[in-house]
Amino acid sequence: MTHVLEVRNLRISFPSGPGRVYPVDGVSFWLDRGETLALVGESGCGKSLTSLALLQLVPAPGRIEEGSVVRLADTDVLALRGEALRRIRGRRIGMIFQDPMTSLNPVFTVGDQIIEGILAHFRIPRAEARDRALGLLQEVGIPDPVERLKAYPHQLSGGMRQRVMIAIALAAEPEILVADEPTTALDVTVQAQILEVLDRLRTSRGMAVLLITHDLGIVAGRADRVAVMYAGQIIEEAPTEQLFANPSHPYTQGLFASVPRISGPLRRLTPIRGTVPAPSAWPTGCRFRPRCPKAFDKSEQEPPLLSVGVDHRMRCWLAESPGGRASG
Amino acid sequence: MADPLLSVRDLKKYYNAGGVFSRAAPPVRAVDGVSFEVGRGETLALVGESGCGKSSVGRTVLRLQEPTSGQALFEGVEIFSLDRPALRALRRRMQIIFQDPYSSLNPRMTVGAAVAEGLEIHRLAPRQEIPARVAALLREVGLDPDYARRYPHEFSGGQRQRIGIARALAVQPAFIVCDEPVSALDVSVQAQVLNLLSDLQQQRGLSYLFIAHDLAVVRQIAHRIAVMYLGHIVEQGVTDQVLSNPRHPYTVALLSAVPEPDPAADRARIVLRGDLPSPSNPPPGCPFHTRCFHPAKNERCRTEVPLLRPVAGTTAACHYAETTPQPAQAGAA
Amino acid sequence: MLREAWTKPQGRAGALLLLVLLASAMIGPWFLPDPLAQPDILAGSLPPGLGHPFGTDQLNRDILARVVAGARVSLSVAVLAVGLSATIGTAVGLVSGYWGGVVDVGLMRLVEGALAVPRLFLLLLVLAVWERIPLPALILMIGATGWFATSRLVRGEVLRLREEAYVRASEALGARRRHVILRHLLPNTLGPLLVAATLGIGDVILLEAGLSFLGLGVQPPTPSWGSMVLDSKEVLVSAPWAGIFPGLAIVITVLSANLFGDALRDAVDPRSA
Repeated sequence: MTHVLEVRNLRISFPSGPGRVYPVDGVSFWLDRGETLALVGESGCGKSLTSLALLQLVPAPGRIEEGSVVRLADTDVLALRGEALRRIRGRRIGMIFQDPMTSLNPVFTVGDQIIEGILAHFRIPRAEARDRALGLLQEVGIPDPVERLKAYPHQLSGGMRQRVMIAIALAAEPEILVADEPTTALDVTVQAQILEVLDRLRTSRGMAVLLITHDLGIVAGRADRVAVMYAGQIIEEAPTEQLFANPSHPYTQGLFASVPRISGPLRRLTPIRGTVPAPSAWPTGCRFRPRCPKAFDKSEQEPPLLSVGVDHRMRCWLAESPGGRASG
Repeated sequence: MADPLLSVRDLKKYYNAGGVFSRAAPPVRAVDGVSFEVGRGETLALVGESGCGKSSVGRTVLRLQEPTSGQALFEGVEIFSLDRPALRALRRRMQIIFQDPYSSLNPRMTVGAAVAEGLEIHRLAPRQEIPARVAALLREVGLDPDYARRYPHEFSGGQRQRIGIARALAVQPAFIVCDEPVSALDVSVQAQVLNLLSDLQQQRGLSYLFIAHDLAVVRQIAHRIAVMYLGHIVEQGVTDQVLSNPRHPYTVALLSAVPEPDPAADRARIVLRGDLPSPSNPPPGCPFHTRCFHPAKNERCRTEVPLLRPVAGTTAACHYAETTPQPAQAGAA
Repeated sequence: MLREAWTKPQGRAGALLLLVLLASAMIGPWFLPDPLAQPDILAGSLPPGLGHPFGTDQLNRDILARVVAGARVSLSVAVLAVGLSATIGTAVGLVSGYWGGVVDVGLMRLVEGALAVPRLFLLLLVLAVWERIPLPALILMIGATGWFATSRLVRGEVLRLREEAYVRASEALGARRRHVILRHLLPNTLGPLLVAATLGIGDVILLEAGLSFLGLGVQPPTPSWGSMVLDSKEVLVSAPWAGIFPGLAIVITVLSANLFGDALRDAVDPRSA
């Protein structure tokens, strides 16, 4: 079965001084119809850049390196230009961003922006587009959709605006939805509302969702599979239950140990020592080595992704030793 | 509470909407009658979502903004009636740490100068001694004393927060308002700063008013917690109590919305319907009634404002707090 | 910030030109004949040649020497007047922006009133009455009429900076207002201020040249570009060099000040890249 989205060996470079650095350095993953893959990591790991690459939206002077592959079923996205590229943007892959206030144009009504989104991909009369827009607003759970069509972004709350963003993204009926930290800027109760909307839409439309976030809590309830990124690489990937039951990479384990919990025994948090390195200062060998409590001599070589369980791989030499597979 | 460090009564802060020439637009009632106490060496968390007024409380208590009405007693002294010189002296005892590490430090001042600012203002140390004091403070927050010579832009968010903490500690306060100090930080850095704040509280006997929206974070560091909604405190009590047996429907909803990093946890989530009402036009009666899912909700909730009263180990402002459904019973409303 | 302005080609060109002008103004007079030399009407105007690269004027005074001497005068008027405007404007802007309230309202109404009157008119009014104004007084007048826009600029910056967390932190530490202004507000307004000042230099040079051309500015025998152009009016056809060179000097100076000022502005404002 061909995957709906396949990314292989994605590398993105940026100029830095005399040379270049690679904030995304050999990332590979795939997505199947109707499933949610979560891309998890802290700031500076390269997850947002990765998502931008899917639509060739990497800002200059960054560039996608040779050897990177992004395929939508059988279409090579990176080879597309001009009109062909425009046709897949939104129509086959849709994106929603973190901050709905800056992603919406303040001088146009919400209705105008959704209709614009529809008309960009479908040749239908404006009246029909308007009807579809109303349907979309209902689908994302906005009460009073007829009134809301005439509203301007600033008249809506953050949660409403994010729903509008989702509506606009859905207007083109994409197969894949990329959600880049869709709820980070929102309050917790609103976050719950938005995630519920995304879930509902995913099942009703059979969309594949790439969810980018730093919040492990969101991942637990919503994602089928998880890929953890650090320093431009995927360092662990597994089905969600597997990852939470058995976090194997020391970085993943460190993340879990440093997240405060709302329930369970109250323990002092154990943060990961040190700070995330900048792309220009990535350590040689295993990039997590300077901060890793389990580093050993072999860490001086850069590890590939090694298997630690069914569909569960991590980028760590500890995978080779029987003790390394135990969690904690 | 016997001998609290800070005692706030019926604090109100209204902001005027519209400019000088607009006809009386209703004011924004950011803080609408809030009372609480903070004891010595303890942390009271002020929790709520955007627009609930928690940041305004923090700033008003320090008199960085003037309150509209209310009283605040700090170590027995009424803060709001102090004159300027007395207020300046009091500032040594009450400090603040900000949310945004990127604007909390003057980009044109060295780290050392920033940390030493309090020492200078209050003339707490002769000039020769200042570098040594700054070095000691930097070490106390886990930073290399050599950093004093550098500028803020050379540091990460977490490090800048530590510098901000060092700056606050320089004047040896008894009380620090922590205004969302870890919200803008990455998960692993957040843990570092929370541990630091915890340790400092133990070592120096500090009291914190910890303002946050993340309940999991608050659980790590707060002894008591006050939940705010639309300018009111709707529930208050010992952290464990409030989080394990919440009595106000809003607290219940807030708790159930917190994402749990455990896929096996199958909590029924309560998803609130509707939007937050505007703080310049709050609903009559109970501020939460427009979104409340309590089965006993009735006309009384629409007309009569509930007062904070003791219920099952905490205090809650709900007419029917005794029978508030917990998530397992309520299901997805 | 200055370094950034240097990297842009326009900025570098402007800066270099200014430096050249400055240098020639300062050391030039040593190598050149005395600009105030005895006028020799009989010798007449000589065209540009070996002895006189810019030629001579009707009174046989070397034009190059006069242009360079005029540079001294014009540049010092510009720098001093702009310095004065910047100082007054900054002080007013800081106080108005930080104190707010009645003080702010009062000062800004005053500024708005003053801005309603064209600066040239104001100066003409004063200078028409005060004939043969001494140079220091002229500088004072120009400076005193130029601070209004700067004060609004600074006030705007202060209003923005006032909300920054580090200013609040300073207030929370118990800082007096004076401390906050000097330690936090002033250093962070320097950027836009410098830009406005640099661009202001070009303005003042034009202003002074204009006034001198009208006979109201710098008085003879002190050479000034504007008065040189005035003097050349009669002989413009027969001895055009007498007017061209001082005119060119004005243009080049103003252009380089503007180029450098623009580059500075781009360096200071992160969004106008």
